[in-house]
Amino acid sequence: MPGFDFSNYNRNAALHARGVPLPKATSTGTTIVGCIFDGGVVIAADTRATSGPIVADKNCEKLHYISPNIWCAGAGTAADTEFTTALISSQLELHSLSTGRKPRVVTCMTLLKQHLFRYQGHIGAYLVVAGVDPTGTHLFTVHAHGSTDKLPYVTMGSGSLAAMSVFETQWKPKMTQDEAVELCSQAIQSGIFNDLGSGSNVDVAVITGEKTVLKRGYVRPNERSQKLKSYIFPKGTTAVLNEKIIRKEDLGNYVSVHELSTTEEGGDKMEVDT
Amino acid sequence: MFSQNPIMNGPNYSFNDAPPKANAPEGARQHRFDPYTDNGGSTLAIAGADFTIMAGDTRLTSGYSINSRYHPKVFKIGGTTADQHDATLVLSVVGFAADGEALKERLDTICKMYRYRHGKPMSVKACAQRLSTILYQKRFFPYYAYAILGGLDDEGRGAVYSYDPVGSYEREQCRAGGAAASLIMPFLDNQVNFKNQYVPGSGEGHALQERERNPLSRGAVEILVKDAFDGAVERHIEVGDGLQMMVITKNGIEEILQPLKRD
Amino acid sequence: MDHRPQAWGRPRDDVYGAYDGSYFQNSGPKFATQSPVVTGTSVIAIKFKDGVVIAADNLASYGSLARFTNVKRLRVFLDTTVVGFGGDVSDMQYLDRHLNELAIDESYENDTTETAAATTTSSSDPSSTSTQTPNNPAGSLNAANLHKYLQKLLYRRRNDFDPLWNHILVAGLDASSKPFLASVDLRGTAFTSPSLATGFGAALAQPIMRRYAATEEDAAKLTREQAVDIIKECMKVLFYRDARSLDKYSIAVVTKDGVELKEEEQLEKQSWAFAERIHGYGTQTV
Repeated sequence: MPGFDFSNYNRNAALHARGVPLPKATSTGTTIVGCIFDGGVVIAADTRATSGPIVADKNCEKLHYISPNIWCAGAGTAADTEFTTALISSQLELHSLSTGRKPRVVTCMTLLKQHLFRYQGHIGAYLVVAGVDPTGTHLFTVHAHGSTDKLPYVTMGSGSLAAMSVFETQWKPKMTQDEAVELCSQAIQSGIFNDLGSGSNVDVAVITGEKTVLKRGYVRPNERSQKLKSYIFPKGTTAVLNEKIIRKEDLGNYVSVHELSTTEEGGDKMEVDT
Repeated sequence: MFSQNPIMNGPNYSFNDAPPKANAPEGARQHRFDPYTDNGGSTLAIAGADFTIMAGDTRLTSGYSINSRYHPKVFKIGGTTADQHDATLVLSVVGFAADGEALKERLDTICKMYRYRHGKPMSVKACAQRLSTILYQKRFFPYYAYAILGGLDDEGRGAVYSYDPVGSYEREQCRAGGAAASLIMPFLDNQVNFKNQYVPGSGEGHALQERERNPLSRGAVEILVKDAFDGAVERHIEVGDGLQMMVITKNGIEEILQPLKRD
Repeated sequence: MDHRPQAWGRPRDDVYGAYDGSYFQNSGPKFATQSPVVTGTSVIAIKFKDGVVIAADNLASYGSLARFTNVKRLRVFLDTTVVGFGGDVSDMQYLDRHLNELAIDESYENDTTETAAATTTSSSDPSSTSTQTPNNPAGSLNAANLHKYLQKLLYRRRNDFDPLWNHILVAGLDASSKPFLASVDLRGTAFTSPSLATGFGAALAQPIMRRYAATEEDAAKLTREQAVDIIKECMKVLFYRDARSLDKYSIAVVTKDGVELKEEEQLEKQSWAFAERIHGYGTQTV
């Protein structure tokens, strides 16, 4: 069966009625914006993901790929923006292959709004859809309930008002690419510094007729300060009650081992603090 | 059967249909006034051999917005004048800001009255007991504030007293309070009281010796406080903007302000 | 059929369940204002080098209805302080009357005219004597004092579970004649900042004002003209995006020379030209 699995719905409703709280989803209490310029469109986002008042991810990606010429900025429940954009991206790719045409932004927007409307807001995806296609440059917002809007500049997420204050004071028609990028970056920074749900860095995507440029970490105004002291412990600080050593040769007795060549990197390395 | 009079016919409903209690109408609850909010922020206090450091961030929040980037949570208490130049005690409050301020002003007044009547400043021990009483007096409409009181005890050693909102208190070596307390406190346990640290090679299993606790120097504590807040700022959205530190020594109280991240 | 008139016209027990008689009781707790009714939206204010600029629009809304379009939400106190009210208008009017009484009492206490002048001003703080104006003798309430007074008043009312449903900004000068700006809300929470805004303005106008005055030092560099321009810009953005706002507003500038209050300002230089280029909300192109 394709689609969502509702088999635990009744059990969960019963538990909820007895006071068991719902599991907390990671939300991107976010600032996202978009702005049209002469020859293309810019979208931008902050990079903070939160779970309640705790920062879940300091440098997450909120700009999602739909097709080479269409990108989405997502606010709301992190999983919903991730899966909804991936689903529509895949549908659009298949549609594009069967028609032999480049995907259009209105098609993407319509697929998104019809999908979201069907779920009556339970899929918490709030999106800014932007792209350039053979019919021109387009910029939309799509709300979780399925409503859409078409404007020359848009903002969404918890920092939308802070970001909108920048557009309402500094936007002008017929901007150049550089002006639009700077304006979007300023709008995101307004969200980063005035809205607690937004923070860390500014990501920007510039979409023109020729190509899309994703500028990850376009501005990094919140680098972590250096610790004043080293917190390295001498070896043996942690108490060990018992010890069992499994040699590498004997590892096969416990799990199946496949040696990978160390030269080629498989996928992205996780970012680790050193 | 259609009678409205329960006395004549007995109640005409099952217990499930019983009307709600007279003074708690079900529908009215939703829009009633809530006298409390949480204004975020975090505080921290560490006692040393001959000093105490009290610290707090200076951000005041409500919901997702920043009300003020400079709203102190750490106060000198019980000086003879309003500028508190000869104060000997420091109080930090975090939680609901209005209650925190009311609590601070009450305790300050009491300390001032004591000083006027007795011709000497109140000791931390006495002030700590009094604060507990003040909090418990409002047991059924509490001050929603996590208070920490700091000073020097009769022997001149650093003293930190920490409280819950209804007046339970305890003298401790260190304490973190407020939004990021759960982030900072484990760090303090490890770095101030050396919890989970053993002397390498001192024994096997349970025979291992714990790392000896020796009082930290003032410089070391200041570094710990800054690092603790830098960490809290990274992971808690309600902590940031500025770090206010009060260092209490026998020579008086020194105030230090440092910037924190503002996102 | 029940013959007792008391039972006539009541919902039938067997259909609707027993009638809940508790709604008829007149003992029990008294319910004071538990929610606002006629409301005013944002108040915004920013400090500059020798004073404070404060503004609020002239609208009082009744839910989503723009009910009264000529309500003055900035109030001058003793010619030295401006109080801006957001939230419930009836509570604002109660406070207005209360502040009037306070101002009259203050004026009697600190009467500087004729013979009283010599005795009352001599005991005051020496730092503030140089800046006194005829209507605010040193020793009478300044903006900082008034703010503290309002904070105590509102905190007391929240303790009584009978809140005054307002968010208030107080603009003026403190005891040492420096610009003073502070806020207090219905729970008695008080705070200060180089710029402040209540309600919708906290989300929309505060980011604009913080761009110009992030710190006290930045605010101390602003000129009066700059501060007024910033406030006017914010009022315009608020009118664009706050559905409970109006393009007619009051603006006041407080300096040591007194208060300049204008209550019939009209928003200028709005731009709605972009609207002509917008067609539909999705697939429409014409």
